[in-house]
Amino acid sequence: MDELAGKGGEWLKGTGPESDIVISSRIRLARNLSEFPFVRKCSDSDKSAIETRVAELINQDSKWSDPVSYYRIDEMNDLDRQFLVERQLISRELAESNGARSVLIDSDEKFSVMINEEDHLRIQAVQSGLDLTEAWHRVNAIDDFVDSCLHYAFHPRFGYLTACPTNVGTGMRVSVMLHLPALVMTQELEKVFRSLQKINLAVRGLYGEGSEAMGDFYQISNQITLGKSEVELVQQVNEVIPVMIEYERKARDFLLRESRDELSDRVSRAHGILQNAKTISSEETMHLLSSIRLGVNLGLIEVDVPMLNRLFLQTQPAHLQKMVGGQLDIADRNIHRARYLKKSFNIGDN
Amino acid sequence: MKCQHCEKPATFHITELTDGVPEELHLCEEHARIYLMQADVNEEDVPSIAGALAQHLNINEAAEQLAKLDQQACPLCGITFYEFRHVGRLGCPHDYICFEDEIDPIVSNIHSATMHVGKKPRGAAEGTDKRTDIIRLRREMEQAIQVEDYEKASQLRDQIIGIDKEQSG
Repeated sequence: MDELAGKGGEWLKGTGPESDIVISSRIRLARNLSEFPFVRKCSDSDKSAIETRVAELINQDSKWSDPVSYYRIDEMNDLDRQFLVERQLISRELAESNGARSVLIDSDEKFSVMINEEDHLRIQAVQSGLDLTEAWHRVNAIDDFVDSCLHYAFHPRFGYLTACPTNVGTGMRVSVMLHLPALVMTQELEKVFRSLQKINLAVRGLYGEGSEAMGDFYQISNQITLGKSEVELVQQVNEVIPVMIEYERKARDFLLRESRDELSDRVSRAHGILQNAKTISSEETMHLLSSIRLGVNLGLIEVDVPMLNRLFLQTQPAHLQKMVGGQLDIADRNIHRARYLKKSFNIGDN
Repeated sequence: MKCQHCEKPATFHITELTDGVPEELHLCEEHARIYLMQADVNEEDVPSIAGALAQHLNINEAAEQLAKLDQQACPLCGITFYEFRHVGRLGCPHDYICFEDEIDPIVSNIHSATMHVGKKPRGAAEGTDKRTDIIRLRREMEQAIQVEDYEKASQLRDQIIGIDKEQSG
């Protein structure tokens, strides 16, 4: 786990197609084993049996392209759980629920398999930038491998059976994370989102369902999982992303044209605060880093981009505490965060 | 618990899934009836479990039938329809079969479709319900062990192993 702490994570690498706006592409499949109740109705021994069956798959390492690590979430402390949530390797639900539950993560953090979340298995693949096709190939290959070893619950008409009827069918959620600061500033986002909802696409914040859109990051994903093939679902999201990119670019052009001075001022002030603050919350940090990221992409300021992407993750509460090497209360975290930011920006500027 | 709209006790607990986010409603019989009728009128707005039910059942009888339906339980996992409506999550794969008539309109409302298209696992053609029966056998085996009926427990264990072998081939 501590090895992960020093690294940036696939989804915030900031590489790949359209990476100034598209942060990452993610696909997850919800799967259940046919001979067990869904997780909410599992006994402790059911949960352990499911874990054991999936954990046994790791030993067939010839099937995995990268080394895979296995973590027992129920044996972890809160800090490590929060750390994995911040890296988007596990969901909040898995972190906060009870009983035997675990996660498989490959060394590149390009996929993870949550065990005993809402469904027995939640297999996800992540790619930096806009690359849903590659994410689909990866997640599909893992799914084929698991299917060759275990028995999935399936109904000829309902498809893959899931604990919640909203996921039934393909069990697939396709999502693309976008950085949309200009649409937020021009207050056009609401309008755009409403039109997305009309075509059955959902918009969520940085950490999925019900989360705040921290740092102007938004996830766009399919709402419907039944009646369309996996390829069609990928296509549906893929088709709308270029439109979103164009909206954001237009909003950026508009801001540059109409209010370049204000925009430039906003970016410089953000830089100033991050370089000089003595105490700063994680929300404010995300907000200011978002302005700087926009400034860099518009050529208003020069900041090392890999460092910037790293800071989005490293300044979050659990990452910060891992870096300092222990639990800190909020006030101390805010002080350490300010120090870390100051140091990072001063080194980055030299 | 009191009804959200009046002082009467709430006897209907409805979980609506709006954009996949569950929202709980606690209503008395009278307000549940009103709610279900409204849900029927506003059918095109959002997929609504209560709305789907109201359409499926005769609206005027919806509340009474719902109460009856709520008592039904899955023979494998034991979840009642009431519990499913309350938490918005099913208990086991067999629920899709034992509550098929009720789940059908719900699924159709959420997805605007009733037929899976796309990837299938191995052994998909016949579905996996035979294997799901292991849930019941395992539960009965555990009960047999508890009352020290080891003969029955070992028979059940052999049955489980039998299904396992048959399906793995």
